[in-house]
Amino acid sequence: MSAPATQGERREIPAADARAGLEALKAEGFNVLVDLTCVDYLAQKRAPRFDVVYRLMKLDAAEGRDLGRVEIHCAADAQPVLRSVRDLWPVADWLEREVWDMFGVGFIDRPDIKRLLMYETFVGHPLRKDYPIAKRQPLIGPKSGEKADSPSFNILKPTVVGE
Amino acid sequence: MPLEETIAPAGTMTTQIDAALGWARKYSIFQYPFVTACCGMEFMSTAASHYDLDRFGAGFPRFSPRQADCLMVVGTISHKIAPVLRRIYDQMAEPKWVIAFGVCTCTGGFYNNYSTVQGIDTIVPVDLYIPGCPPRPETVIQGLVMLQEKIQKTGGRPRRVVEAAP
Ligand code: SF4
Repeated sequence: MSAPATQGERREIPAADARAGLEALKAEGFNVLVDLTCVDYLAQKRAPRFDVVYRLMKLDAAEGRDLGRVEIHCAADAQPVLRSVRDLWPVADWLEREVWDMFGVGFIDRPDIKRLLMYETFVGHPLRKDYPIAKRQPLIGPKSGEKADSPSFNILKPTVVGE
Repeated sequence: MPLEETIAPAGTMTTQIDAALGWARKYSIFQYPFVTACCGMEFMSTAASHYDLDRFGAGFPRFSPRQADCLMVVGTISHKIAPVLRRIYDQMAEPKWVIAFGVCTCTGGFYNNYSTVQGIDTIVPVDLYIPGCPPRPETVIQGLVMLQEKIQKTGGRPRRVVEAAP
């Protein structure tokens, strides 16, 4: 068994060139997008603030062997610069929606991207470091989730969106 | 109209009927398990033969809220699913009871965050809280026995005036 060519190698690619770089890697045989996620470096005062991470794997499907992995980091801002890679790895569809939902990092060619996990009326992006930790946006129930003091209480208020 | 008012004319003392109905109802709890998370595993082990909820007359899960008496909310409730839980509760016929199973449903547990309902008592009225993460089957059985006492005492009369959802 030969040693994997690249095992967990890390590469930085500027966000504008990410699509070309990822296409080249796909052509090279990285056929699985293991993960697509994002990190918010607000506290570190990085500019651009976000780091979008693509983790790729070469999978030999016939033998079920992992032939090497690579991690692509693209510094990005909330302004969409990255292009979608849905057509290269279909799984990227949901992962891009998750990155949008949780971090608010968009993709140029997906202007009407939908949230994946939170409901449509949710305001903001909860995994951003500046999302207030105590902010609550319940769909039903009392505003800000305060407790009803009696266990048999029963009130319903109209849909509350965050402010 | 509650059964006890249909079979006894208005003004009649109905304590004996209440007691009889309470006794009957407490041993025929048809539960609706609203299972969303890890507590479900503990619910299954409680309901299965080793701990055997059927000994207490509560071994018969109904998967339609319209046939159920007892809504068991088992597992973390997120804000996204909260309206669904409320609708299920509204679809159940009186008399009905709600059990908050596990600390997630009681208070939100350690999920003090943007996505989790901080206690289902902010959405539906709760009759019984079973703490624990997850509660041991013994705790669940103790809770069930306490609910049975409550049913016996109240006779299962509809006690709540439900405000209409806006
Ligand atoms: S109380 Fe614990 S075991 Fe139960 S749903 Fe919550 S996290 Fe899971």
